[in-house]
Amino acid sequence: MKTLPFVAICVIVALLAFFGLRAVQNGYLFVAGYVVLQFVVLATAWNILGGYCGYVNFGSAAFFALGAYTSVFFYKLNLVPLPVPALILVGGVVCGIVGLGMGYLTLRLRGAFFAIATLAMAVVLQTLVVNWDFVGGSRGAYILHPENLEFGGFSLPYNQYLFLLMLALAVLALSIARAIERSQLGFGFATIRDDELAAEASGVPTLRLKLIATTLSGALMGMAGAPFPYYIGYLQPASAFGLEYGVNSIAMPMIGGTTNWIGPLVGALLLGTVQEYARVTISSSINLLIVGLLLVVFVIIAPKGLVGLVQDHLRARRKP
Amino acid sequence: MTALLHVDKISKRFGGFVALDSVELEVQPGERLGLIGPNGSGKSTLVNCICGTLQNEQGQVHFDGAPMDGLAAHQRTHRGLARSFQLPRPFVSLTLADNIRVPMLYTVHKRTGPLHADNVSARCIELLSLVGLDHKAHHMPRDLTQVEMRKLELARAVAAEPKLLIADESMAGLSHSEIEDILKLLKTLNERGITIILIEHIMSAVMSFSQRLVVLVTGKKIADGKPEDVVRNPEVVRAYLGQ
Repeated sequence: MKTLPFVAICVIVALLAFFGLRAVQNGYLFVAGYVVLQFVVLATAWNILGGYCGYVNFGSAAFFALGAYTSVFFYKLNLVPLPVPALILVGGVVCGIVGLGMGYLTLRLRGAFFAIATLAMAVVLQTLVVNWDFVGGSRGAYILHPENLEFGGFSLPYNQYLFLLMLALAVLALSIARAIERSQLGFGFATIRDDELAAEASGVPTLRLKLIATTLSGALMGMAGAPFPYYIGYLQPASAFGLEYGVNSIAMPMIGGTTNWIGPLVGALLLGTVQEYARVTISSSINLLIVGLLLVVFVIIAPKGLVGLVQDHLRARRKP
Repeated sequence: MTALLHVDKISKRFGGFVALDSVELEVQPGERLGLIGPNGSGKSTLVNCICGTLQNEQGQVHFDGAPMDGLAAHQRTHRGLARSFQLPRPFVSLTLADNIRVPMLYTVHKRTGPLHADNVSARCIELLSLVGLDHKAHHMPRDLTQVEMRKLELARAVAAEPKLLIADESMAGLSHSEIEDILKLLKTLNERGITIILIEHIMSAVMSFSQRLVVLVTGKKIADGKPEDVVRNPEVVRAYLGQ
């Protein structure tokens, strides 16, 4: 299937999900749905660098937080009140630039060294934000938003508006990931994951491709973070740079499968839903325990993730 | 005739170890050159310096009349330099056809402009059929035998439509009949106009393939000439058999 029909199907599914949830008339579903969709975007963004290129980024939380704090910065600056979609774009640009810079600094490293460098970048950024009073520093920042969004005589509750934006972002992230997978860029990314030396010998400009991956991945993570202050209302460094984002954006593609766009989607829907359910029925602090346990189980029984497990099963059935 | 490859006094050190010491080499268009030497003589380092995997500290590499120094490995591939690896390095997550597709998309595409997807697919099958692997086009590299892996490695290098192919120990660990297969393939590629440097330890293969033989010992070139003359060179005999 070409990209445009895929995008059209995604949009239809997204609209069905939105109007389906509206029909249920339960505000909590939009709040929980926002979190799950946010993880769909984060997991898909992580997978562009981690899954397609094989470079494990432990600094996802830093990009997410940077997107969130970009929104806080413009909110506090108060020059021109920017709508959330514009903040998403600005957050994407800022995080894309930071991703490009991180790529230049770290992409000559591989394996654990690259992962540690990304983690270090997250720590440096968090320290900067904690000490930056303008965006609230360690005490955090309040973001106020109206109860409802009014446009053209139509009123939409703000949580539904944010859900709709995150839905659009999820469609965008999935469409980008799928388009990459089937393109020349996707082949290039796969060769980097498999063998960089052989990739160079085949004419693949590995450094340039890795920079494209870090930029795209960073931009999408930043876009996922940009509406977060409006969702949460009060943003502090500990919540924006939370371990939850770093761990989930790795665990979700690992559990779903890292070699294609479906894996992060499946992983995020599954893990995100389980975590949201556990949050309201057991405790919010049990989330990371669930992620850890599932990750251990999947690394043992399905190292290629759920999608890989299904693919292997289908392949085995096809063989005589 | 202008040399296709001109290696001008290149040197490479790893710490205190001199891997290449002012090595000079010329390869003419269409030539079949054998490069031999004991283990640790600097053959692979020379290949890595020529192909851009390693940067030489002194000297220059000229290819097709242009300097190659400072160019990354992929840029040298774009200029027409291809190599196969001593240990096969297939793209394990891609099918055989897609392994071949990569250099076409990134090298031929860059040289000739956009390629039609159908033409790329047809060319992939054509190249796989040249090495006898067309029936496994949609298999994964893990399904291949050792000799098939070597053939895939050569087919992938040839897919970049190189002017010069450096085959680094393409026959290591193969049986006699498999060596014959690879030799036949390399000769076919040479007949199609590809200049070939063969790095090999199997002397019978080198002697039957090469029009000229170069010998490296401890990073220095000690002999360069017709194969039958080189193997009688006392210095070469001493290097291989000892005093």
